[in-house]
Amino acid sequence: MTDDPFLIDGVELTSRLILGTGGAPSLQVVDEVLAASRTAMCTVAMRRVDPRRNGSILDVLDRRGVRILPNTAGCRTAREAVQTAQLAREALETDWVKLEVIADEHTLLPDPVELIDAAQTLVGHGFRVLPYTNDDPVLARRLQQAGCVAVMPLGSPIGTGLGIANPHNIELIVGEATVPVILDAGIGTASDAALAMELGCAGVLLASSVTRAQDPAAMAAAMAYAVDAGRLARRAGRIPKRFHAQASSPTEGMAVL
Amino acid sequence: MTITLNGAKCVVDDGTTLEHLLLSVTESLTGSAAAVDGEVVPRKTWPRVVLREGQAVELLTAVQGG
Repeated sequence: MTDDPFLIDGVELTSRLILGTGGAPSLQVVDEVLAASRTAMCTVAMRRVDPRRNGSILDVLDRRGVRILPNTAGCRTAREAVQTAQLAREALETDWVKLEVIADEHTLLPDPVELIDAAQTLVGHGFRVLPYTNDDPVLARRLQQAGCVAVMPLGSPIGTGLGIANPHNIELIVGEATVPVILDAGIGTASDAALAMELGCAGVLLASSVTRAQDPAAMAAAMAYAVDAGRLARRAGRIPKRFHAQASSPTEGMAVL
Repeated sequence: MTITLNGAKCVVDDGTTLEHLLLSVTESLTGSAAAVDGEVVPRKTWPRVVLREGQAVELLTAVQGG
């Protein structure tokens, strides 16, 4: 779909499917998923160096030529998230950050107050901020006003696989967005990803639905098709929904039998 | 002197630099970042940063996530 480039902050990504690498049982599985999904960007988390760990996710991503998007997963305050982003920039030499500031471990929902605070601070420090946000059109607007280069509303809470709980809100966010809207979290299966794109999202970010599937590589391929299909359908322009049936065969010229 | 590295107490010689400490726990510092007492320390300064008694060092790298 070269006539339909996917741009974030002026950078073109060759796939509208962004993958989280969390939850995969091994780096080998990550590698297989990368190949099957044809993704161009993956998220990673920042954690303490563990000398016992074998292999590096960075090597796997580098071999596949995939762009790295560090996240601030696990952070509960703006201060923590800003520091984590600064460490990620230092370690990975990228200004891009997936900003996550969660309210609690039970829901993993974003804390809107801390999120806005962190977004403003990071933008001020020159970061390109892609915030994981609630499916709240007003919060999405505020994040754009803060200078975020994308907004990433959740479909439903992280890891639930419940799909898009409030499609209307996602449409509202898309309707007024001036930056790419990326559906982030809650995807369970391919039809959820296709729906996100049909609603007008510019991309989909998912992890668990692929990495925890029974066959991760197969699900990764399914997600790639779903994102492409949903995007094509969105651009094709769907028919309006009707209350009553409308025949597609001619009503004229029927034989009298 | 005693410092803390990634939450664990660690006895090091006086005059130990941040770079020396970090290389004692990992062969490659590529893709990693460090903070001392909560402040991010730019990589290029690691060889010059001399640690002091009681400081807390965090050494992070990218792992699967998100």
